Amino acid sequence: MTESRAGFLKPGAGPDRAVATAVLLLGLLCLWQATIIPATPLYAQVGPKFVPYLVGAMVSAIGIGLVLAALRGGWSAQMEEVRDAPPTNWRALGLVGAGLVANLALIDWLGFVFAATVQFVLVAAGFGSRRPGRDLLIGLVVTLGAFLAFDKLLGVNIGGGILEGIL
Amino acid sequence: MDVWSGLALGFGNALSFTNLGWALLGCFLGTAIGVLPGIGPALTIALLLPITFKVSATGAFILFCGVFYGAMYGGSTTSILLNTPGESGSIITALEGSKMAKNGRAGPALFTAAIGSFVAGTIGTLGISFLGPIVVDLALNLGPAEYFSLMVLCFVTVSAVLGGSALRGLASLGLGLMLGLIGIDLQTGQPRLTFGVNELLDGTDVVLVAVALFAVGEALYLAWRASDEKQQVLAIGRLTMTKEDWKRSIGPWFRGAALGFPFGVMPAGGTEMPTMLSYYFERKLVRPEHRKEFGTTGAIEGVAGPEAANNAAAAGILVPMLTLGLPTSATAAIMLSAFQSYGIQPGPMLFTTQAELVWTLIASLYVANIMLVVLNLPLVGLWARILKIPQPQLYAGILVFATIGTYGISNSVVDLAILYTLGIIAMFMRRFDFPTAPVVIGMILGPMAEQAMRQALTISQGDWSAFVTRPVSVCILLLALVALVGPRVWGLVARRRAA
Repeated sequence: MTESRAGFLKPGAGPDRAVATAVLLLGLLCLWQATIIPATPLYAQVGPKFVPYLVGAMVSAIGIGLVLAALRGGWSAQMEEVRDAPPTNWRALGLVGAGLVANLALIDWLGFVFAATVQFVLVAAGFGSRRPGRDLLIGLVVTLGAFLAFDKLLGVNIGGGILEGIL
Repeated sequence: MDVWSGLALGFGNALSFTNLGWALLGCFLGTAIGVLPGIGPALTIALLLPITFKVSATGAFILFCGVFYGAMYGGSTTSILLNTPGESGSIITALEGSKMAKNGRAGPALFTAAIGSFVAGTIGTLGISFLGPIVVDLALNLGPAEYFSLMVLCFVTVSAVLGGSALRGLASLGLGLMLGLIGIDLQTGQPRLTFGVNELLDGTDVVLVAVALFAVGEALYLAWRASDEKQQVLAIGRLTMTKEDWKRSIGPWFRGAALGFPFGVMPAGGTEMPTMLSYYFERKLVRPEHRKEFGTTGAIEGVAGPEAANNAAAAGILVPMLTLGLPTSATAAIMLSAFQSYGIQPGPMLFTTQAELVWTLIASLYVANIMLVVLNLPLVGLWARILKIPQPQLYAGILVFATIGTYGISNSVVDLAILYTLGIIAMFMRRFDFPTAPVVIGMILGPMAEQAMRQALTISQGDWSAFVTRPVSVCILLLALVALVGPRVWGLVARRRAA
């Protein structure tokens, strides 16, 4: 991007432009998916494609509107919550993200209780807890309690696993 | 069935041992999650949806409504003692309430909030009982065309009128409508927006979307901005009100309730606007000798009025939900999907085909209000202790329930992956000020609107003018148009006049 153009844009509008473009892409995605809906063999006054086209067009139009708003300086940089926010906490975000990924990777293999306990310890560490041993115990109690409440009381099938098989 | 025999039938059922138990459980749970920052009634009811497979519809809805009302009561405790509003309706309560608490008057603030919630909740429930059947009578004359127009109005008001910007609100709504489109088209059996993923053929689950928006997205956003700052829970002190406090609270309670209920009933929904208006009214109406307490030591009128408005609006939201099947808040949208999972068609027929359910539900709202005052005043110490759960364990725990709620749907890792993807989107939505409620409302109401539109066009044999030649339909559509462009035109006119 050239100097003059960067000067024309207000600072902090970059992220807004990215988000506005994402909304536009979402609308185009919907339009594309609408085109590949198979033609219906049944007679219908309004076919299955109409509303997807309508929604896709609406979201695309909104996306264009947001791109224009972002080019005029964006909206989020002036927001109090964004302006006064502390800087990105990569450690917290990384640990919470790691917790979610660990859960995703382990849940089919170890079962809900152990996978969610690993997630509990990582997420708690992400939010500033410095006692992983204690979190492990709390995590086990919470996940076991949640498992028993949902599996036995609500009758939700939480799937198999090492501990779940025994209980 | 008239109101009195309806209420008699309802109370007969609601006062049974089991239903009282459901109400108590709901109120207890609702207060707890209302107190806890980061969990709201929408998330809780979404997680409790599996109960619909095990429990009768009456029991489940009594539980849900207990959670819904309880969260309103609990939210005020958090905003007063922590200065962090538990949910959007208590932002205003936090203004004056936390100032009172800092000046050692947390007790009276909590007391007036609880009694005000009771007064407003009862007035609101009376409103549901007497207004509901009237709305139903009117609604029975509406055809699919009018319904479609009503839904369009609902879409516009929840996304474009409330919140920071119409564009961003409509973008959220669009995301919700897209999520609602995913899956097999019911009328023709064609797969739509599935991207070739088989798991998506059944459509997206409302639990998954609610959990992604309200739990995962929220946790990720807080982690993004996490700092080691510790929040302080203020002391409660003596939980009483002086005669003076009572005198100053009674007016705001009734004014707040009178303001809140109509706002809840209108498809504009939302509790932010009435609470804010109530705050401004009370500030104007307060006796001069107390005016300086506003914004300094905390004025009790500024807690009593908005808190009453909040509860009355929450009750009002149940009117369009029960009579028209129109949800105007995320919580109402999720309750509506519970009706669907029982195979009950929400709408004006509900009052006749499910009279027993509806009136039992209404009666149990009266019961819940009484329970909540009793639960909240003597037990306030317990709720204050819940506030002391440290943030790391609280959010780690919320994510455990997020996992179980999602993985429990079909034991599929694909669902978890979709959950986390939507959670990341929700995190960015929060950062860039896109509202989340329109997503849930669009997702639930979108398919219903499409169905109504197709029915209307089938009746009119494909003639699109049906929407604008039927007088009621065209009026509603014009109203939606005014709601959409009115504020902008008004802004232009005002700017031109100023220039």
